[in-house]
Amino acid sequence: MSRADALVSADWAEENLNTPGVVFVEVDEDTSAYDGGHIAGAVKLDWKTDLQDQVRRDFVSKEQFEKLLSEKGIGNDDAVILYGGNNNWFAAYAYWYFKLYGHQDVKLLDGGRKKWELDGRELSKDTVSRPATSYKAKDQDTSIRAFRDETIDAIGKKNLVDVRSPDEFSGKLLAPAHLPQEQSQRGGHIPTALNVPWSKAANEDGTFKSDDDLRALYADAGLDTSKETIAYCRIGERSSHTWFALHELLGEENVKNYDGSWTEYGSLVGVPIEKDV
Amino acid sequence: MCSAPKQTPTLPAHVDVTKETVIYGVVSHADGSPVPAAYVRLLDSSGEFTAEVVTSATGDYRFFAAPGVWTLSVMHKDGSTRKEVHALEPGLIEAALSL
Repeated sequence: MSRADALVSADWAEENLNTPGVVFVEVDEDTSAYDGGHIAGAVKLDWKTDLQDQVRRDFVSKEQFEKLLSEKGIGNDDAVILYGGNNNWFAAYAYWYFKLYGHQDVKLLDGGRKKWELDGRELSKDTVSRPATSYKAKDQDTSIRAFRDETIDAIGKKNLVDVRSPDEFSGKLLAPAHLPQEQSQRGGHIPTALNVPWSKAANEDGTFKSDDDLRALYADAGLDTSKETIAYCRIGERSSHTWFALHELLGEENVKNYDGSWTEYGSLVGVPIEKDV
Repeated sequence: MCSAPKQTPTLPAHVDVTKETVIYGVVSHADGSPVPAAYVRLLDSSGEFTAEVVTSATGDYRFFAAPGVWTLSVMHKDGSTRKEVHALEPGLIEAALSL
């Protein structure tokens, strides 16, 4: 993987809004953002209702994913360009999710909604409908998904990268500060985890930093690239952003995203936690 | 000139403001008109990113922080601004931001 395989610029996107075989998909935490204006022709994915099982805590099944993409009019051969708010957190999560189910041609719009808006580029309120497809997904590629037992076993052995803000890492905050802080799980981080906030991988306009800057960032933080890496955050969306930077932009091979993240780990009975406050 | 009613943030029903440190306010243009769709960042005392929200149609933003010193940084296509906020204890802390 390299930058050109994984990212497109806003200029490229604007030039390819009507290119056959290119599908823009907006993925947000605040799903009302799409309704207030979206990139022309883009379809919406709701990370909570479309990408999460609505009963148990897990992803939708392969069959549900196939049904979702078919209904959205996304074909197996389409180039899917993902973008969204929150500096592309949920778009990066969807990117990882599309890769998990084996979609080949998927890219992120660098800077997401934010850069698009800051540039003053056009947004549309038109209803978008695309002809249905018969999408076929692959079995989950668990080489990019970490579960809790593997994460516990990784303590002191693999790179654990906690990409939350320093105050969440220390245990001072339990959630990013746009959300209420009252939570059931304990505060702190997994012992031996490095704290490399996702935001250090991005510029203030939401675009990713250069490959050289990213390499220096993780090297300076003490990431040992000869070891496997597991990234985590609170619910797995910010760590998708870091997974993207490490696995897709820098081409590090053994990187997994622990989507259970702190909301799972911080609720487990008996696991070790480090807390700095 | 009559004074505008005191603005209070709209909070989810379960939020306990005796425990939450809510930093909130309105982003406005120099003429006082609200700025919707501005990107407001909350930075911790070391300048590190903590959260980011987009202002509402009425220019409102809101964070759930913790007691401490914070910096608000605003980006919008019409301009930007920064402001330091001292939140000494939990409760509602208003910070108006003008581009």
